[in-house]
Amino acid sequence: MSTAAPSAPTNRLGLTKQDYVGSKSTLCAGCGHDAITTQIINAAFESGIEGYQVAKFSGIGCSSKTPAYFINQGWGFNSVHGRMPAMATGACLANKQLINIGVSGDGDSMSIGTGQFVHAVRRNVPMIYIIEDNGVYGLTKGQFSATADKGSSLKSGAVNELPPIDPCTLAIELGCGFVARCFSGNPKQLGAILKSAFAYRGTVVLDIISPCVTFNNHDASTRSYKHVKDHDFPLHDLGFIQYSEVEDVDIAAGQTELVTFPDGSKVAIKAIREDYDPTDRWGAMRTIHESMEKGEFLTGLLYINPSQPPLTDLLDLVDEPLATLPESLLKPSREVLAEIMASLT
Amino acid sequence: MNATPVASPQAQGAKTRINDFSIQVATVNGSGSQTANMVLLRAIFQMGVFVSGKNLFPSNIAGLPTWFTIRASAKGYVARKASNELLILMNPETAKEDIASADPGALVIYDEPLQLDRIREDLHCIPVPFQKLVTASCPEPKLHKLVKNMIYVGVASRVLGVDMEEVRKAIAKQLKGKAKAIEMNQTAATAGYDWAMEHLEDQLGVRVVRDNKTDGLIIIDGNEACALGALFAGCTVVGWYPITPASTLVETFIEYAAEHRKDPATGKATVAIVQMEDELASAGVVLSAGWAGARSMTSTSGPGVSLMSEFIGLGYFVEAPGVFFNVARTGPSTGLPTRTQQSDVELCAKCSHGDTRHINLYPGNMEECFQFAYDAFDLAERFQTPIFVVTDLDLGMQNWSSKPFAYPDKPYDRGKVLNQQQLAEAKDWGRYKDVDGDGICYRTLPGTAGGKGAYFTRGSGHNAYALYSEKPEDYIEVMERLNRKYETSKTYVPAPVIRPMGSSIGVLAFGSSDPAVIEAQDLLAESGLPTDYLRLRALPFTAEVDAFVTEKRVVYVVEQNRDGQMANLFREAYPEHGTKFKSVLHYNGHAIDASTIVDQINAFEQR
Ligand SMILES: Cc1ncc(C[n+]2csc(CCOP(=O)(O)OP(=O)(O)O)c2C)c(N)n1
Ligand code: SF4
Ligand SMILES: [Mg+2]
Repeated sequence: MSTAAPSAPTNRLGLTKQDYVGSKSTLCAGCGHDAITTQIINAAFESGIEGYQVAKFSGIGCSSKTPAYFINQGWGFNSVHGRMPAMATGACLANKQLINIGVSGDGDSMSIGTGQFVHAVRRNVPMIYIIEDNGVYGLTKGQFSATADKGSSLKSGAVNELPPIDPCTLAIELGCGFVARCFSGNPKQLGAILKSAFAYRGTVVLDIISPCVTFNNHDASTRSYKHVKDHDFPLHDLGFIQYSEVEDVDIAAGQTELVTFPDGSKVAIKAIREDYDPTDRWGAMRTIHESMEKGEFLTGLLYINPSQPPLTDLLDLVDEPLATLPESLLKPSREVLAEIMASLT
Repeated sequence: MNATPVASPQAQGAKTRINDFSIQVATVNGSGSQTANMVLLRAIFQMGVFVSGKNLFPSNIAGLPTWFTIRASAKGYVARKASNELLILMNPETAKEDIASADPGALVIYDEPLQLDRIREDLHCIPVPFQKLVTASCPEPKLHKLVKNMIYVGVASRVLGVDMEEVRKAIAKQLKGKAKAIEMNQTAATAGYDWAMEHLEDQLGVRVVRDNKTDGLIIIDGNEACALGALFAGCTVVGWYPITPASTLVETFIEYAAEHRKDPATGKATVAIVQMEDELASAGVVLSAGWAGARSMTSTSGPGVSLMSEFIGLGYFVEAPGVFFNVARTGPSTGLPTRTQQSDVELCAKCSHGDTRHINLYPGNMEECFQFAYDAFDLAERFQTPIFVVTDLDLGMQNWSSKPFAYPDKPYDRGKVLNQQQLAEAKDWGRYKDVDGDGICYRTLPGTAGGKGAYFTRGSGHNAYALYSEKPEDYIEVMERLNRKYETSKTYVPAPVIRPMGSSIGVLAFGSSDPAVIEAQDLLAESGLPTDYLRLRALPFTAEVDAFVTEKRVVYVVEQNRDGQMANLFREAYPEHGTKFKSVLHYNGHAIDASTIVDQINAFEQR
């Protein structure tokens, strides 16, 4: 399968990074979304994800195009605007063994699709839910989305007077067990979070600030590269340790907190802001709200609680995918029909 | 019969209507009258007489007027009948209106204090002291409202000559397993019956006489029949959102699935059912589950289909399977949400923006609700597209007698899906390549190992290899192929049922209109106008439909909507015969009846 040079590094499946790429991006040069795509490829490669088990979903937008640009070995479904969560929900029911990656935009998820976002999180649909958040509708040429900050202005000079909807605090409120905010310009942090996300079971909400270089990168925008860089406050340094490596890694004692995922993988969290505890749901909420008021972007693992059952567990489904169950298991017998008919006479 | 037989007004001169009459019961909804009405219907059914029941209920939980009609017919006609021979008026609010519209000579059972006998003299009035009887037969005042209804069942049974033993059995059946309720209701019904024995004369106008027409038959509604079809079809994913009259389809499915869709080895479920946040999400779940290989479905009504329409277009264009039940109600908007109509014909035929055409199935009776629901899952996977099963409130929620359903022996058709091995052997596979020339391509399911077969599904333009394309020729190729696929489906969908009388006059109908059309066809023939009746069972139109349209001088298209939606589809499909199609319409929210059809056809024929 590999088309890279034989010397290219391989992962635990013997695959090279080239095995995780997709088709060529058609986004604007410098678009934050492309940087996210790169990190998804890296994380999937480093985590040794089986490409054929991946299902990629998206709505509509520049961001929603990107599933075509990573993991060609997986199946993709670019659906309709704002409805990516329902797509992931249906597919996870049909085949609970799939690894679901949903990519959406801030317009896709926080404007037209807020309802679907809310309900997918509430159901704990097993998926990595990525919001590539640029504060505007890129694909329709730069109108404000519902995550635009109050006071931010468009290139035309129009000022947003409405308060933003914050996907992260909303997700925490809804009981999401893995909520992170990242910046597409901080690959190290994003990579560690994506790898942790692959190890999690349930909905992972990643709000990734991802500047739109074409429509929202000017000085009066709060989502420009410069503005975000200046206001990005990483909460911690993160180190992801996959279950297969847990034995071999020395984790420095002291300020490092370890969170363990169901598969045994761990994420080591070394605090930068020592007053922030990502396992304290309401404390986290308070700190995030306070920092938003100051115009800061707190980035990192905002909240983590890996013990919540995903939707597919709650439904108590058989282990094998429903999609491929044989007729013998699905069609009730002749006797059952006769019994039902008798009860209706 | 120990009361003195004295002929009723009807019996004087008129012949007795044996097993051929309609009863209308007027009550208040939420009063438990549905159980009483079902008991009366069942008791007549158990007497071997063909019956159908229609509940005309309000969009309200409790306190508004509701009517239930029971039609008994020795000839097997089960459509709504415009006239009623027996009225049971339990609702003081509507009693005056109900009695004003009664047919002369009708029997009227009512609560004594209403003094309805003062309003009209041409009716056979039967005042019943319900309060007295209730107090005597039931010590618990809070149950009086419920018991009162069972008393009219007893009285009516005596009036009609229904065997009390059948009433007792019907109560036991209706209240399955609830011993205390059964006893209480049986006592109440008996109290009504005994009172009537003592105080009423035999009336000879309308009688139930034991027959054997219902031996071996079942009573069921269309939603339950569809639910059973889906159960046996192995439906594995359901995403739905409640809406009258479609909710009970999924709710019944849930009940059956809880029992019959568990892996015997582990006790775990072989179906996932999720109540979604709306119909958009439901449609998304159905299509993505279908795309991922599940047999998926939803059940909704017109407003839900409207919301789903963007997704349905996606499903059509990317070729994702899914079964969409539309149990239609009276639109537009909220319309009359608890009344019936066939007004989503065009909506479902072409649901969504852009050029779209869908396979639609129109079951016309309970066996077909079961069978077509079963077949819909095969069609969805065979044609990799959304399939509509279009019923309506009349089929879906009313009670129908039916032959028991035959076991669906036909193995599932899972369509053209390539597995890992087939993919390994396939040369130059493309998701949208028409290898067989039937417009149907080979798909793969996410999660298939082997490193081949992954593809990207998109609602935007794509070529045969599922790659993004805006090239005119690629777009045209896809759209033409989708048409070819639709053409292929003509040999898979159910052919129409034709009831010929050797006439050049065609009558064409579908779905719940069937019983009324059969009765109308008989009435027209008796009056010297034989017709040939074609019951359409699916879209697209098949060769049999082509032939029928071509050979008839005129085709009366009977449908339950204002705009003649089915006739419009016919005019579009057969422009050369466009003037042949004449619309026979009924759309007031009540189920269609035979006289409406007879009158309109007679008017066209200037008879
Ligand atoms: C139903 C519907 N309404 C409107 C559109 C037009 N539309 C396409 S993309 C988009 C906004 C996308 O914004 P966002 O999700 O933030 O993605 P971005 O392009 O910024 O990455 C809109 C409104 C559409 N495709 N479908
Ligand atoms: S318009 Fe903005 S969001 Fe869209 S590709 Fe260009 S930079 Fe990215
Ligand atoms: Mg955006």
